[in-house]
Amino acid sequence: MAKIVNREEMAQGTIILNEIQAERISQKAKPGQFVILQADETGERIPLTMADTNPEKGTITIIYMVVGKSTARFKELQVGDDYYALIGPLGKPTHIENFGKVVCVGGGTGIAVLHPIARALKQAGNDVTTILGSRSYDLLIMEEKMKAASNTLHICTDDGSKGHHGFVTDVLKKCLENDKIDLVVAIGPIPMMKFCSLITKEKNVKTFVSLNPIMVDGTGMCGCCRVSVGTDTKFACVDGPEFDGHKVDFDELAKRLASYVEVEKQSMEAFKKSRQQ
Amino acid sequence: MSDKKQEKIKVSRAKMPEQDPDVRRRNFKEVPEGLTPEMAVAEAKRCLQCKNPKCMEGCPVSVKIPEFISLIAQEDFMGAAKKLWERNALPAVCGRVCPQEEQCEGQCIVGKKDKPVAIGYLERFAADYARKNGSGEVPPVEEKTGKKIAVIGSGPSGLTVAGDLLLKGHDVTIFEAFHKPGGVLVYGIPEFRLPKEIVASEVATLEKMGAKIECNSVVGASVTIDELFAEGYDAAYIGVGAGLPRFMNLEGENLIGIYSANEYLTRTNLMKGYLFPQYDTPIARGKNVVVLGAGNVAMDSARTAMRLGAESVKVVYRRSREEMPARAEELHHAQEEHIEFVLLTNPTRFFGDANGRLIGMECLKMELGEPDDSGRRRPVPVKGSEFRIDCDLVVVSVGSNANPLLTNSTPGLKLNRWGNIVADPANGKTSKRGVWAGGDIVTGAATVILAMGAGRAAADSIHDYLSRGW
Repeated sequence: MAKIVNREEMAQGTIILNEIQAERISQKAKPGQFVILQADETGERIPLTMADTNPEKGTITIIYMVVGKSTARFKELQVGDDYYALIGPLGKPTHIENFGKVVCVGGGTGIAVLHPIARALKQAGNDVTTILGSRSYDLLIMEEKMKAASNTLHICTDDGSKGHHGFVTDVLKKCLENDKIDLVVAIGPIPMMKFCSLITKEKNVKTFVSLNPIMVDGTGMCGCCRVSVGTDTKFACVDGPEFDGHKVDFDELAKRLASYVEVEKQSMEAFKKSRQQ
Repeated sequence: MSDKKQEKIKVSRAKMPEQDPDVRRRNFKEVPEGLTPEMAVAEAKRCLQCKNPKCMEGCPVSVKIPEFISLIAQEDFMGAAKKLWERNALPAVCGRVCPQEEQCEGQCIVGKKDKPVAIGYLERFAADYARKNGSGEVPPVEEKTGKKIAVIGSGPSGLTVAGDLLLKGHDVTIFEAFHKPGGVLVYGIPEFRLPKEIVASEVATLEKMGAKIECNSVVGASVTIDELFAEGYDAAYIGVGAGLPRFMNLEGENLIGIYSANEYLTRTNLMKGYLFPQYDTPIARGKNVVVLGAGNVAMDSARTAMRLGAESVKVVYRRSREEMPARAEELHHAQEEHIEFVLLTNPTRFFGDANGRLIGMECLKMELGEPDDSGRRRPVPVKGSEFRIDCDLVVVSVGSNANPLLTNSTPGLKLNRWGNIVADPANGKTSKRGVWAGGDIVTGAATVILAMGAGRAAADSIHDYLSRGW
């Protein structure tokens, strides 16, 4: 029912793109929303924010980094294979309007999440400056698509293999100094979102981040994905996944993401062993 | 009274064979083992076959209790199961999880002088017999009406509505958000109380009767009710459950190791976390576990924690033993399994380590004051009575709020101030034409059988509407 119709390996096989047949979801999904996928009956439910949708073809695109057993299992699925379960679109869509000058910051697979949002913001008339970061240029994804979705594109690499030699926050700082920015959208690893939010808070520039806590059902039923936002506890699945970056407790989020780190290792070892036999 | 009747009453109520508490508290196998045919026949013969059976009045779905019991007494076990199906699509479930002591058995005339007839045990016996020995035959359905009904949610009320409307010849499609049908019967109630194989079998019966089941369909997100009507459905029934767990808003509540009962039970039951790493979804195995709340879901959580290897499991409750809302049988089973009850105690905050993991909690002693709105004596904090409980896992089981995912996407649906759907208690009709609702999304968290009762009433009303109009 959720057949993979297109599959690409990116960033030297560490990041995978799947275009999946999902008629109803493709018609409904808006930028910023996510789906939950499960590879097998015995699998975990993994939330992934959509990188693209194609309502005409009835497909959605997800892009994920291979980090543990579940994503390693996802990686085995080829064109023609089905996911055991796929639900969505979940979460609140990004609020899109003409804010004026917007800076979009993306890192890792956060770039995939950022893609439809940047495109929609540009279509709504915003002047979109995009800053993408990766450890090294060969790990950077979606450069061309992000170029098309932005008015200006900056690339940063930790090793200096392309663009600015350093972090996305360096370029973000410059943008904030040189221009009056109306909105920043930062999506990527937690430290990246945390430091982008700290910088924009100093300048009092409104900032959205998209969070990726552990989830089970994804419909508000379990409360696994709760995050502290200001003095409130929010459920990322139904209240998010986007929140005001100035209010999110990123340190708590990072700790909660590590809830099962020990058993996840165990799971990954067992998986590797089973694949060697 | 005739000699014959006196003789009947002398046979004492059947005792359900159960797994030994010290063995079962470490495994997930079902606790009660079921009556043997001999025991069932002897128990069935205790029934007085009252002309005016009070037991049926106590049953929310009006099972023909004396009739099915009489068939067991005559050793026609398959006939007894068929008699149950006439009124109840899920007898193997009800025989296990209904609060019979408050319903059928609570009204039983034998129970006035002796212990009541074990109606629940007998229902379970007949349903299990049919599942194991039946030819797989299903209740006959009437001629097709060509009417299509969308049932949203595959929990006890949805399954009841589906079963009743299939019998009447309607086309039924059940939409389920999870990857497996059964709702709370699958994600919530643990394996040791309701084996999942039984739920699957009851659902399979509905499928054989013609039900279509669309799993992974989140109505409200992937499709709306109005879109279902546009696709040709003639009526819709909403039975999506309560579904938004309540927390207590205490300091430290987002520490790692604090779960809602919904999450704890879903990871364990639906996702089969207790079989990790054979199944991928992990579940924390706490050494010292505290469950907050004292309802049936709290007991399920506490007993699950024991089975996941806990050294100690405490149920912390702010009122006294008398006010604990769980069924007497659940409390009894929990105590047999060494669950401790820490009563008249309320949590005030949680403590964590540098990694954000739970290491303990602070509580306050309570005493009972004047009665509150519910008529129960209100617990009042005892000043200066703070004390600490060391624990590495807490399950918060203090109820649920209404989940707005579906109701927000359905214009014209009237809600009460808590977000529950307003539906006519007599027939489940909502403020939106062609839409019915029942179960926890209407009443707030309640029992399986009450949800089924609401489903039954709504199914009758839907059938009436499809034949005659709104």
